[in-house]
Amino acid sequence: MSNAPVDHGRRRFLTAATTVVGAAGAVAVAVPFITSWNPSEKAKNAGAPVEVNIGKAEPGQLVRVEWRGQPVWVVRRTPEMLKSLDGLADKLRDPNSDEPQQPEYAKNIHRSRKQEFFVAVGICTHLGCSPQFLDKTFGEYVEGTESGFFCPCHGSTFDIAGRVFQGVPAPYNLVVPPHYFINDDVILIGEDGEQA
Amino acid sequence: MNKLLKTCLLAAVSVWSVATLAAGPTVPLDKANVNLHDKESLQRGAQLFMNYCLGCHQMQYQRYNRTFRDLEIPEDIGVANLQFTGEKPGDLITNTMSAKQADAWFGTAAPDLTLVARVRGADWLYTYFRSFYVDESRPFGVNNTVFENVGMPHVLQELQGVPRKTYEARMIDGEMQDVYVGIKTDGSGMLTTEEFDTAMNDLTNFLVYTGEPMMLQQRRIGWYSFGFLLVFTILAWLLKREFFKDVK
Amino acid sequence: MKKLIAWFDERIPLTKTWNIHLAQYPAPKNFNFWYIFGVLATLVLVNQIVTGVWLTMNYVPTAEGAFASVEYIMRDVDWGWLIRYMHSTGASAFFLVVYLPMFRGMMYGSYQKPRELLWIFGMLIFLVLMAEAFMGYLLPWGQMSYWGAQVIISLFGAIPYIGDDLTLWIRGDYVISGATLNRFFALHVIALPLVLVILVFLHIIALHEVGSNNPEGISIKKPKGSVPDAEKPKFEFHERFTKKYDIVDAIPFYPYYIVKDLVGIGIFLAFFCYVLFFAPAMGGFFLEPPNFEAANPLKTPAHIAPVWYFTPFYAILRAVPDKLFGVILMFAAIVFLFLLPWLDRCKVRSIRYRSSIHKVNLAVFTISFVVLGYLGVKPATEIYTLFARIFTFLYFAFFILLWFYSKHEKTKPVPERITK
Repeated sequence: MSNAPVDHGRRRFLTAATTVVGAAGAVAVAVPFITSWNPSEKAKNAGAPVEVNIGKAEPGQLVRVEWRGQPVWVVRRTPEMLKSLDGLADKLRDPNSDEPQQPEYAKNIHRSRKQEFFVAVGICTHLGCSPQFLDKTFGEYVEGTESGFFCPCHGSTFDIAGRVFQGVPAPYNLVVPPHYFINDDVILIGEDGEQA
Repeated sequence: MNKLLKTCLLAAVSVWSVATLAAGPTVPLDKANVNLHDKESLQRGAQLFMNYCLGCHQMQYQRYNRTFRDLEIPEDIGVANLQFTGEKPGDLITNTMSAKQADAWFGTAAPDLTLVARVRGADWLYTYFRSFYVDESRPFGVNNTVFENVGMPHVLQELQGVPRKTYEARMIDGEMQDVYVGIKTDGSGMLTTEEFDTAMNDLTNFLVYTGEPMMLQQRRIGWYSFGFLLVFTILAWLLKREFFKDVK
Repeated sequence: MKKLIAWFDERIPLTKTWNIHLAQYPAPKNFNFWYIFGVLATLVLVNQIVTGVWLTMNYVPTAEGAFASVEYIMRDVDWGWLIRYMHSTGASAFFLVVYLPMFRGMMYGSYQKPRELLWIFGMLIFLVLMAEAFMGYLLPWGQMSYWGAQVIISLFGAIPYIGDDLTLWIRGDYVISGATLNRFFALHVIALPLVLVILVFLHIIALHEVGSNNPEGISIKKPKGSVPDAEKPKFEFHERFTKKYDIVDAIPFYPYYIVKDLVGIGIFLAFFCYVLFFAPAMGGFFLEPPNFEAANPLKTPAHIAPVWYFTPFYAILRAVPDKLFGVILMFAAIVFLFLLPWLDRCKVRSIRYRSSIHKVNLAVFTISFVVLGYLGVKPATEIYTLFARIFTFLYFAFFILLWFYSKHEKTKPVPERITK
């Protein structure tokens, strides 16, 4: 037991300094453990942009590809389909695509870069089922329209631009993924490209 | 206690040295000059690998884009010059030879080379690449002084030329004898001996990189951790000294 | 804050536990370098558990996927290499921080009465750790994993009558296969760690019941009332310790030994980081080169050596020309350590006050252990085998001699109190 009085100030300072430095070290060690949960290189590669060749798609046809494990549709719309988009506004929840369900360049009535080609993630915004593409028989669900998407799980309906109708469980329009045209025949899904 | 310690050490050392002497002889290996900071060497090594090795040997744990990034090769240039079979840049470096084909052609599947430097060591690889020699008794007409009865052809012959074991007549104990002086080529290759050695060093360098692609990052973080621990330990020591004033 | 602690104290013994085990736990004031390892072992245990949990997130325990998944962790997972190297370096570090306090126990007689059970728990930790390390080493499914496991499992084949059936049962197949890998994985990641944690808990409970030994080997507990107040330490110890005894020459574990251990932790981590970042394979002693080649049941590596922490026992095994007797002797090497509290019949604990013959005996034992460890990594040539036999003999001679001379050992007078 030394007789020298205890320097409480120095003791408190050193305790605080050691604690702070030690805690900083602990946080630094925690960082790798947390970031290791990010998608690995393998997952990133599997989720890399996908090229879709649409050169051979017939008008009215839907091409289905997988991107990041999800179904992505490319629909080559006929002029009749595009025309049908005009008269629907008052039946839709979000006719002007105000919700951020699409990149800027697809925020228009046809929800696409080029009018003809509609690109969307084929997953219902309600609970994640994949809707059906009804190119002729959609009128069964929404009177006065010929084509659209119908989700068999809970009956949500979307028009041929993926806009959700009123009175169905799905809250939002279908998601349009980032995409761009490499050339007239090839779309790259997963990147906005320089045209964005 | 001190005397005891010295005796212990002495005994341990003597056992150690006897033990070392007892170890058998091995083929002397040439020293490879490994430098993971030399990106140009690594790039040349990668090019050699993709052109000459990948046909048979895979590098199935390493990805193209990781390699481009670490070797400072722009991705579009890498895709255009180092990828031959139309994979995605993020794909693993594999070939299309099936194990069955390999069995039929070489009697065994060619080993994967991602980790070969960690298994064999850089010096072994560097020496191995430069130790093929003509041996007509072998199925592929070549053998290797480091890897006896090697089961692969000398794929780098177009670079090295035809390598032969060379002997020189020398006077030993008053008698003329043929003495093995190493492997020499006939000079028919695209590279001179020095150029070939440099190329093989590049290839070795690349294989060392693929064995531990995280090495440079690992070292850097190592230095940071030392810096941190120095500060922490000094603080802890001051704190300990302060508290132990109570004890004495 | 005080209210919160009071709330908990009414429901669980929070403050009481803190005081008994840390703030008012009397630890001898003369702890030296050798007393850092308890804290370090705890640190390494936590490291192994956390990194182990993280590794299982990406590891694939199948014969087809195991090797590739380790390389996937090393390359494709963000920071996976760091987590894997922390685990592999931690494995070796664990043995270091278990071997060294075992040696401390032998130097300072810490296994003697009343700490026999403490020693037994420690030895059980060592044993479980060996099983844990052995099974963990199979998981990367490299050549050394495979053939190392092959050799060790074959040891059980030496047991008469049931040997062959037993090895078959352990493997679950006619060779080491995915079935073996799966059961080893299950044991490595959950069963054995659970046992290990329970044993560590018991080890600490036993330690805090009997109190720490110290380099002098003198008890800090004196009969109640025998120590004048002026000589008692100025610290407050929990009444659990002071009820029956007068405690002398002690300081509370917290804050004194905590701050002292922080320094030790800093220095230990510097060594740990050196291996981790600059030599994770440690020249082939921590991660062996052949293990970077995927397991191939048709091709044995030229030279099989276990990882360094098994080599002393492996050398003993190989020193014996008979399979069964070799296995028996190898296990005996560990059993004798278990029996140490009863083999040593001397009443003086610390080597500081014991006879020269004991000092020499312990030194020879230590050398034998280290040399056997070295011989275990070397191929079994004639000269090495000869050395291995000599040092195996010396290893066992330690225990036998100890039993004989310790009964009437000429010891130096032991002081009453710890002086500094």
